[in-house]
Amino acid sequence: MKRFFGFVKKEFLHIFRDPRTLVILFGIPAAQILLFGFVVSMDVKDAGVAILDLSRDETTQKISDKICSSGFFKKTQDLLTYDDIERVLRKNRTKAVFVFENDFGNRLISEGKANLIIIADGSEPNTTTLITNYATAIIADFNRELAGTAATQNLLVQSEVRMFYNPSLEGHFMFIPGIITLIMVLICALMTSITITREKEVGTMEVLLVSPLKPVQIILGKVAPYFLLSFIDIVVILILSFLVFDLPVKGSLLLLLAECMLYILMSLSLGILISIVSKTMQQAIFASFIGLMLPTILLSGFIFPIENMPVGYDWFSALLPPRYFIVIIKNIMIKGTGFLYVWKETLILIIFTLVFLGVGIKKFKIRLQ
Amino acid sequence: MLKTIEASGIGKSFGATQALKDISFSVNESEIFGFIGPDGAGKTTLFRIIVSLLLQDEGEMSVLGFDGRKEFREIRRNVGYMPGRFSLYHDLTVEENLNFYATVFGTTVRENHHLIADIYSHIEPFKKRLAGRLSGGMKQKLALCCALIHKPRLIILDEPTTGVDAVSRSEFWEMLRKLRPYSITILVSTPYMDEAMKCDRVALIQEGHLLTINQPEKIREEFSRRLFSIKASEKYRLIGALRNHPDTLSAYPFGDSVHVTFRKDAFDNTIYDYLNGKGISDVVIEETKAGIEDRFLELMEK
Amino acid sequence: MTGHTVISVRNLMKKFGSFVANDNLNFEVYQGEIFGFLGANGAGKTTAVRILTGLSEPTSGEVIVAGFNAKKQPEQVKRNIGYMCQKFSLYEDLTMKENITLYGGIYGLKKRLIRERTDLLLDRLNFREYADRLISALPLGLRQKLAFSVALLHDPKIVFLDEPTGGVDPITRRQFWELIYEAAGRGITVFVTTHYMDEAEYCDRISIMSEGKIVAIDTPANLKQQYHARSVEEVFVKIARPGNN
Repeated sequence: MKRFFGFVKKEFLHIFRDPRTLVILFGIPAAQILLFGFVVSMDVKDAGVAILDLSRDETTQKISDKICSSGFFKKTQDLLTYDDIERVLRKNRTKAVFVFENDFGNRLISEGKANLIIIADGSEPNTTTLITNYATAIIADFNRELAGTAATQNLLVQSEVRMFYNPSLEGHFMFIPGIITLIMVLICALMTSITITREKEVGTMEVLLVSPLKPVQIILGKVAPYFLLSFIDIVVILILSFLVFDLPVKGSLLLLLAECMLYILMSLSLGILISIVSKTMQQAIFASFIGLMLPTILLSGFIFPIENMPVGYDWFSALLPPRYFIVIIKNIMIKGTGFLYVWKETLILIIFTLVFLGVGIKKFKIRLQ
Repeated sequence: MLKTIEASGIGKSFGATQALKDISFSVNESEIFGFIGPDGAGKTTLFRIIVSLLLQDEGEMSVLGFDGRKEFREIRRNVGYMPGRFSLYHDLTVEENLNFYATVFGTTVRENHHLIADIYSHIEPFKKRLAGRLSGGMKQKLALCCALIHKPRLIILDEPTTGVDAVSRSEFWEMLRKLRPYSITILVSTPYMDEAMKCDRVALIQEGHLLTINQPEKIREEFSRRLFSIKASEKYRLIGALRNHPDTLSAYPFGDSVHVTFRKDAFDNTIYDYLNGKGISDVVIEETKAGIEDRFLELMEK
Repeated sequence: MTGHTVISVRNLMKKFGSFVANDNLNFEVYQGEIFGFLGANGAGKTTAVRILTGLSEPTSGEVIVAGFNAKKQPEQVKRNIGYMCQKFSLYEDLTMKENITLYGGIYGLKKRLIRERTDLLLDRLNFREYADRLISALPLGLRQKLAFSVALLHDPKIVFLDEPTGGVDPITRRQFWELIYEAAGRGITVFVTTHYMDEAEYCDRISIMSEGKIVAIDTPANLKQQYHARSVEEVFVKIARPGNN
């Protein structure tokens, strides 16, 4: 028994003398609760909506105001024609369009009912369901108001929900692109993050340094094979998604593959940077896998919409490259958009890649100290 | 003649620990130069400064005429480096390791094969074996081949014989001597004192200081007193008894005998009685020539 | 020198698959001896030592250590021996005193005994001033000496030392061997493996292993005579061929 306690005492001493263990035990849970508690919310706030008011009368104005002042929605635009609908949904700020039919107010009074069509962006099924629920709730509330006054007692606004993109509201369509984004960044970063640190730990890095090899050659030389293999990887994943989950590629396949290559390159560069900066493989794995995983899952817009996040968080989210790729991949696969709609995100990813590679090369130590 | 390495006043500290203090030495072309000293003496730190992996805090160092601060690329191009832990790729075969290092230095195995032919013949039967599966002695030979494959003018071997058995160690030194005709300067470090005799010149280093630099024979001659080798039946008691004797200056066990120096550089026959009185019999005392280790111990004591 | 046999090895075989690491070893070690176990890398030394210390099982053969059968009663063997391995058996982030106390506890010594022995140890080795320093801050020579003393804390009959003086400076090496002599003088049997050929000379008897077999076992003096050699190193070079695995 005494042996046992002696041993336990030793373990306590080890723990308290190693700052890293203490950080893991106490620091990380505290930080994560504080950070993520705010983020994890399924509510919809200030979702972007556009209004196509073909009638423009008092009634439509009243309903529009009600929608926009509910707190759930924020008006992005007033549309003029049906053609505008697709255009505005392609851009990602607008999640739904409210369409008031012609002569809305008059029809309501003369026929007793009028139609309001809610066209929602089905590429994010969770948010869409919430949005449509809130919208229909607001309309129902309006109808209650109507019913409350003798004059308007028998009048009813009928609402109909239609999905643009992903009419059957397949969950896959939201999750699989997100999963692809998450998996590729974790795997790629993890792979390259250990490669340089391993050489440092084993000792072969010393010999590589005392050779004509330049840092740039070492770094790119390490990225190249992983790039090739990761690309094959992502092609296989896309094929699997198509075959098993019927995930479409509505847009240009070539563009999709090109964007995938960029994303892989960015992820590998991030891994290399981690590898150069970490002293041990343990550190590298921790940073690239554990450090990257939770923020990516929670803050990249993969599950929880970015729009819902409190102010500080969406700034943080802006620093996460996966957030941009999710937009790109969803746009190309589900919405079928072309390069013009994703050029901003593409440019950002290019900048990230160049920054990671550049900083990596700069921080690569040519001496041991 | 331009010296292959010239160092003056080299100092290096890591935090509060001073690893090297005022190290000055030079190495001539084609020499086999050895740094002899125990763990922690500063050998690895010094070698890393020589190959420009570390920068010295004080002093100047010129390697092959190049300065480690600004011209490190030239140094790294012309040097073959074998760091302490035989840094080979464990998951590559013997052949693959060799080809890799040849390619990185812009040459091919064929081009300089003659240089390593002798050494490689020991490991050639295993050329398709993963380097991680080789014994210590084999790894050492492979690492040497990889360091030589680009025909460098200077090779720097950091403790290449540590942890390797005696037979492999002597084979290794044979291989180094056979490199003489190729005019390669060889810099070696080792904790084994007996290996000092196999170098052209040797520097004894301890706790960051250079104790002496000279040809090994001359270092032996530098031993300042007469040295006596005493054997007896009871080794342990012999040492204790000798240390307690008033005439004794130093007494160290050396294999099957004890190496002793006396205050007056001589002993008289009363010592036999003294030892017999302590229950020690079969005492044999001979004068002997000091070895490198004797001199090292003497210098350490100072 | 024949005294009481503390280690008895008969027909010891150890195979890893088809590879024979220990090939029919037969030898005895007597109480109070300093027994040197030599051999090239890959000759099978480490394998044999692991079997003797109860850390590994023989494929066949009988191994009796400190009166216990190493295969059937490994735990008793471990309790009656001390072991110092090359790669520091001390915890770097604990102090000297804490390490001693820890091992005392592991060996099952009572608190008072641990305290007594700790004091004895620290005084004998002149380590008082280092008692509360972390091991990581101490030089190699000190650590080795402490590790040896800790291996003896519970008064074992036999102590196994695996290359205890690797890389240590010549003075500290000799001081370490004086500790070994002292222990042997107290009747403790010391079983030591080493690469330093001159240390082989400090032993009462040595055995040399080559490619899984014992090719020589005798006093250093007898071996030198037998092989017409001036040193154990010469004997070694003549009869031990390094393993090729």
